Amino acid sequence: MILALHDFWSANGCLILQPYDMRMGAGTFHPATTLRALGPEPWNAAFVQPCRRPTDGRYGENPNRLQHYYQYQVILKPSPSDLQELYLRSLEVIGIDSLKHDIRFVEDDWESPTLGAWGLGWEVWCDGMEVTQFTYFQQMGGYDCKPVAGELTYGLERLAMYIQGVDNVYDLDFNGRGVSYGDVFLENEKQMSTWNFEVADTDALFDLFRKAVAECQNCLDAKLPIPAYEQAIEASHMFNLLQARGVISVQERASYMGQVRDLARGSCEAYMAKNADAWAEKFPEWSA
Amino acid sequence: MTDFLLELRCEEIPARMQKGARADLEKLFRAQMEASGVALSDVTVWSTPRRLALVAKGLPQQTQAVSEEAKGPPEGAPDQAIDGFCRKNGVTRDQLELRDVKGRATWFAVIERPGKAVSDVLAEAIPAIIRSFPWPKSMRWGAASLSTESLRWVRPLSGIVAILGDQLVECEIDGVTSGFATLGHRFHHSGPITIGGADDYAEKLRACHVIVDHAEREALIRTGAGKAAADAGLTLVEDEGLVVENAGLTEWPVPLLGRFEEDFLEVPPETIQLTARVNQKYFVCEQGGQLANAFICTANIDAADGGAAIVDGNRKVLAARLSDARFFWDVDRKKTLAEHAKGLERITFHEKLGTVADKVERVANLAEWLASEGIVPDCDPALARQAAELCKADLVTEMVGEFPELQGLMGGYYARAEGSPDAVADAIRDHYKPVGQSDDVPTAPVTVAVALADKLDTLGSFFAIDQRPTGSKDPFALRRAAISAILLLVENRIKVNLRAVLARSTSAIITPKSIKNFDFENFETDADRANNLIEKVEHRLLEVGDEALDFFADRLKVQQREAGVRHDLIDAVFALGGEDDLVRLLDRVHALQAFMGTEDGTNLLAGYKRAANILKKEDWRGIEGEIAHTGEEDPLALVDNPDMKAVVEAKMALRHAKALSYEPEPAEKALIAALDNAEPKARIAVEAEDFSAAMAALASLRAPIDAFFEDVTVNDENQDKRASRLNLLDRFRTAVQRVADFSRIEG
Repeated sequence: MILALHDFWSANGCLILQPYDMRMGAGTFHPATTLRALGPEPWNAAFVQPCRRPTDGRYGENPNRLQHYYQYQVILKPSPSDLQELYLRSLEVIGIDSLKHDIRFVEDDWESPTLGAWGLGWEVWCDGMEVTQFTYFQQMGGYDCKPVAGELTYGLERLAMYIQGVDNVYDLDFNGRGVSYGDVFLENEKQMSTWNFEVADTDALFDLFRKAVAECQNCLDAKLPIPAYEQAIEASHMFNLLQARGVISVQERASYMGQVRDLARGSCEAYMAKNADAWAEKFPEWSA
Repeated sequence: MTDFLLELRCEEIPARMQKGARADLEKLFRAQMEASGVALSDVTVWSTPRRLALVAKGLPQQTQAVSEEAKGPPEGAPDQAIDGFCRKNGVTRDQLELRDVKGRATWFAVIERPGKAVSDVLAEAIPAIIRSFPWPKSMRWGAASLSTESLRWVRPLSGIVAILGDQLVECEIDGVTSGFATLGHRFHHSGPITIGGADDYAEKLRACHVIVDHAEREALIRTGAGKAAADAGLTLVEDEGLVVENAGLTEWPVPLLGRFEEDFLEVPPETIQLTARVNQKYFVCEQGGQLANAFICTANIDAADGGAAIVDGNRKVLAARLSDARFFWDVDRKKTLAEHAKGLERITFHEKLGTVADKVERVANLAEWLASEGIVPDCDPALARQAAELCKADLVTEMVGEFPELQGLMGGYYARAEGSPDAVADAIRDHYKPVGQSDDVPTAPVTVAVALADKLDTLGSFFAIDQRPTGSKDPFALRRAAISAILLLVENRIKVNLRAVLARSTSAIITPKSIKNFDFENFETDADRANNLIEKVEHRLLEVGDEALDFFADRLKVQQREAGVRHDLIDAVFALGGEDDLVRLLDRVHALQAFMGTEDGTNLLAGYKRAANILKKEDWRGIEGEIAHTGEEDPLALVDNPDMKAVVEAKMALRHAKALSYEPEPAEKALIAALDNAEPKARIAVEAEDFSAAMAALASLRAPIDAFFEDVTVNDENQDKRASRLNLLDRFRTAVQRVADFSRIEG
């Protein structure tokens, strides 16, 4: 399935990238999405990104909730006029017949307060199941997207369950030769859920959060937006782990999210500042 | 005469926005045409997820030629002024005409505006409509979005069809040009469709699996879902909101019925219905009044397999949702509601009003007090306290976390499941009610006590910290809380002095501790300090209580107006002042309303107005040496000192008893007799709160006052007669005024 999507999007002008080697909550955090959504330069890329959402862990007992899963992410900037048609063709490529299955674009606007980002779009339904998030980014890091990028986020496990007709993610056939998703990931889910919810050393996590915040600032002072952004990703994940451990109260939550947002925004700001002159020279109609 | 078709095609428009978009399209189109002088009659608007369409029938080919005149400066005005006038009107100086205006020669411009081709008008109007379209949320897209000035639309705009008669209306906006071609159904038809004009538009689309008329799709879903249910031996649970939403999500709606596992029916039916409706937009069905294990989804295609795969896919999604709901139901019941309630200590209600647990404690005290004081009759104070203490506990359950709409309802289920008395479970379930004017008003005593205490606490405590609604801002929904409290009091006929109850509810917030800037140094002894502090607290309580009461009065007026009571009648009763028992107040309003519907009522009002006018015209201030009239209408209304009131009334009585110095005319005598009879009757009736009887007493004045005006000259030359008769009218006015302030009544 991944190979079919790679072939399809590669044929349609996308760079095929690899997953980012950091723990993050969604493919949108990948710098190839977040940072590249800024600025006037065209950018078309597709990649798989493993996502970690500690609070979604269910010790391997829920048929479709996982603390670690995969997203297939496509970003096209500027958004092409036939983006919906391209997307629907990509569903055909992985085996979904749109005259047999009910494909629908249902309003779902996307907002990430921690990235200072929002966009309008839909969740795409296949027979009532959300299989893709489809978004036209309007702002990123607090900046207007000029031009707007289209982002597609496919839920790979969900689509695979759909295509294979299985009700439980762990029953997915991984290779067509007897290895299931459960064989690969069930033990991982059990152990990681236990660590996320019960074992992780919260003092160490708080410490790592503070260190990431400090290091991000250090990078920003040195005018290095990319390493700064990595620290923002790190801080965000530490925050998610602390949430899973249940040690952040409702009141504190807003303050931690605010800190992460400031890091992400600061990184975007630095990224813009570093590139603005070159962009303005290349794209005279563009301005920050 | 010719017809016009406009179709604006774009990527999927959110279902909830389509109704507003249709109205806006028609409004903008009408405004544009009106501005250009194009007469419109029949305009129809349609929507699907992918298009907004408008058909205007019978447009002219040309707009009317109009001749306009503009008046300019007088002859001999400076050249600058005349040139400016010419520029403004687009004429040259030799086109001006001199005319006589009140004896002065003045320049006039006559501007001929020739008729314009309607197609040109439309070509300009379409881009203007698109640019000014008021979408609730709009976006930029594509290469043009390099600039933030690029076109905004709800989702990317992809095509425009604009045809007048059979001619293309040529226009272009941000690279989208008008044409004859549109698209059919996303999956059932590929390639463009050429539209001939307004006549064949809907039918050509239908041939390509698009029903463009939203009302027709709604009807298809309504009847289709009903039939699918009936075919399975079930009854559809009708839901018009879902009909409209599904029509907004489909161009070719096909309702399909599926089943879910029967085991799921063990969770409360409301949770199933809610998850089906909110998350999946499915209808549910009933059998014998009970929720059935069936759902109806609305597909957007005529699937090759008759929808089997679609139903199966939807069944799986619903099963996953329902297993979540069952998981929440099981997990939540592992703790008692009392244990859940402890979690409320972690939730801030308002930074100045503490946590939700603090609020619950206040509500419990108030509910218990309302019961033990008998304000809510036949209510066991212990049950009221118990229900109040648990009423917010479900806010921290998993189920309500997932479905906030189920607040209250789930608490009721959990309370019943753990064996609480029905009165307590019902009170927890219904204590948010009534939500809005048309909602059911609880009547069970424990529920009424908790519901009332909840609203009064919200109102009292926010008023106590000076957080009251201003203008359109009402962040804590205090207006709704007041309406809700009013309905609870009025519908249950709870007679209570609201002032005292509000003081009770604010006293939990306004305490000696809450008094700021209290200068302890100013007092010599602790006792002085304490007394002074208590005085300050009491003063503040009264102040806040009065503000809250005024707020209630305003809401009551609004609520009664919405319930169809004439606002002038409400004002007439409110103007009497001092009333804080809403039941009594409304009884009086309703009696007045009934009275004003009778002939006696309208005639008495006419008599009252006539009397008041004469008194006003004569500037009647009472017989000399009497208590001065302080107000325009009622001399006694402003004498609010109770000691003084008795004195005034004694004096007035004496005055009325004074023998007249002349022989009164028969009609005069009859009015005096009628007043002697009606005055005490009305007074006693008002005291006994029998307002119909009070009105009836007033009605007996109608014939005598009419006869008096007919037969008696008020402004007699004899000063004694004049004074007595004016005094008599004054007495009449006062008697009427005691029942209601008739000066506020219109008519």
